[in-house]
Amino acid sequence: MQKFILGKKNNIAFISGALIIIAFTSHYAFHNINIAIWSLVIASILGVTPIAIQAYQALKVKVVSIDVLVTIAVTGAFLIQNFEESAIVTFLFLFGAYLEQRTLNKTRSAIKELIEMAPESALKQTENGEFEEVEVDEVDVGDILLVKTGAKVPVDGTVLTGEGHINEASITGESVPVGKKKGSQVYAGTILENGTIQIVADRVGEDTTFGKIIELVEEAQDSKSETERFIDRFSKYYTPAVLVIAFIVWLLSRDFELAITILVLGCPGALVIGVPISNVAGIGNGARHGVLLKGSEVIHDFSKVDTIVFDKTGTLTIGNPKVADKEIYAENVDEVFAYLASVENESDHPLARAIVEYIGDTKLYTVEKTDVVKGGGIVAHIDGHRVAVGNVALLEQENIPLNEKARADIARFEANGNSLVLTAVDGELKVLMGIRDQIRPGVKEDLQKLKKLGVKNLILLSGDNQGTVDLVANELGLTEAHGHMLPEDKSAYIEELQAKGQIVAFVGDGVNDSPSLALAQIGIAMGGGTDVAIETSDIVLMNSDFSRLPHALGLTKATALNMRQNIVIAVGVVIILLASLIFSEWMNMSIGMLAHELSILVVILNGMRLLGYKLKY
Amino acid sequence: MKKATIQLETLTCPTCMLKIEGAVKALDGIDKESLNVSFNSSKVKVNFDDEKVSIKDIENAIDKVGYEVKKTQVKEL
Repeated sequence: MQKFILGKKNNIAFISGALIIIAFTSHYAFHNINIAIWSLVIASILGVTPIAIQAYQALKVKVVSIDVLVTIAVTGAFLIQNFEESAIVTFLFLFGAYLEQRTLNKTRSAIKELIEMAPESALKQTENGEFEEVEVDEVDVGDILLVKTGAKVPVDGTVLTGEGHINEASITGESVPVGKKKGSQVYAGTILENGTIQIVADRVGEDTTFGKIIELVEEAQDSKSETERFIDRFSKYYTPAVLVIAFIVWLLSRDFELAITILVLGCPGALVIGVPISNVAGIGNGARHGVLLKGSEVIHDFSKVDTIVFDKTGTLTIGNPKVADKEIYAENVDEVFAYLASVENESDHPLARAIVEYIGDTKLYTVEKTDVVKGGGIVAHIDGHRVAVGNVALLEQENIPLNEKARADIARFEANGNSLVLTAVDGELKVLMGIRDQIRPGVKEDLQKLKKLGVKNLILLSGDNQGTVDLVANELGLTEAHGHMLPEDKSAYIEELQAKGQIVAFVGDGVNDSPSLALAQIGIAMGGGTDVAIETSDIVLMNSDFSRLPHALGLTKATALNMRQNIVIAVGVVIILLASLIFSEWMNMSIGMLAHELSILVVILNGMRLLGYKLKY
Repeated sequence: MKKATIQLETLTCPTCMLKIEGAVKALDGIDKESLNVSFNSSKVKVNFDDEKVSIKDIENAIDKVGYEVKKTQVKEL
């Protein structure tokens, strides 16, 4: 019965609304007082029923909820035969709850969309080798699953057979299809756009990357900052306090009407809902744009950031060194390249890999008597020739002469920020290669946006040599750039900045630099969807997409502002209501309830604006 | 000990949380520290001793204060 009535709460709100209209028309248009009074009496009784049930349920578990205050106030008004007040207050309370529910659902929609992307079923191989559809919860690690075109990958797994293209937008935010074949990793929640594959389940349910993202976002939207925890504690005692105050007022003034009016005016209303609403809308917006914000504390801190520290050159550059310049001093190019590729093929040094990639397919010789010169390069014998591959120091050590042109080329390549690789065959310089990393497209504009948003310092701390670091810093207009930094140097540097009172955000990949990520007030992970990055940081930029950073900053600023607006609205309404109760004649229960319900709607609508937030420039 | 994740109907008023917390805490065998009612995701997460209290008891307690349980997951700890 209780359930039935609560289920019909919305219908009750509309019926009592209609009754109130009937009452007022019959009173003022037809001057029929009887119908008016009876309509209001019915509306009051009907309206208070669901509220009273909720109040009873709350009291049973020793909670003085808003329902309790309203029920007492309405019953009081009814007893002193102020039916107009009792009817209107119950109607407003119910109707307000209805509107709140509608708008709240809208505010939460962004996160709901994300959760709805979760896979629900899977085609699992049974013992006789056939596939049958099961719920995704029934899939265990090691099960073999079939994924057909258009279906969602149910778990994180490895492809056993088949090929296809997968849209990984739900994990990376990038909707470019990625080719998958035997041995490729696939992720839960991604969609197979063409082909058919069989996979073996590696991680299931909450352990999948997608499951972790969802859990993270869900926890984030309900995580609480210091202020919110204070408001929570406050409201726990606030409602009982209002009840006590109203009682005291009644005892002292013997004014029953005043006492019950205080009950209604004292409802916490928008105060409890204002901040969570901004929070959920802001985090929802981020989730849609590839920015995972871990809760309102993070939003608060990042919105006030002074300094953003980038962990390495690779964050601002593509991180994949390429042969950018070359000079050849030999005629038999193919042969020299073949020697070079043969030597470099044995090394996994990033420069060596760049060279192998650059030369491509070529004949490979057997390399003999390989001698790795620390900090210099490699000397080896190939096909009876002595081949030296390395930097200038190595060639000097080998007593290989450098002519004027070669010296000029070396100077020019270095000025361009290249790392140099020289190749000499039988004591003669044959090839000079300049290898460098490229700056990520768009990074410069993104950094400008960060500055416009009020970030004072952009600092690069890198393990690379100072020359490379300076070059990147000049090209991008960074405030400061320091090379030759070890992870412990970086965290020491961050501590120094913090000692100067700055709020520091650290952008890193979350693996090597976890001390700095933890130390900075805001750790930002450039996560390609890896577990470590997701867990250790405060903000995750999906798919390592640097361009999300300005959006993240703008969004946190907008969200923090939105929270402050909502607090002002909520507190302001309560203060104005109580003040006008003391200083004015016109304040009554109905106006008080109307103001409360309106202020709740205003804070929700204000919060909803964040869903559509976009960076202006 | 087991860990329950209970999905409720959409919660719309923050005082709902106090009510649900109160109802679940009143049960025997509940790890009060672990209890977390989240408003926005409308979920209850709690650890409980399955020898003292069953998941059905927890669901009933929430139902009794007027909130519908949509889906429950229980995991061994």
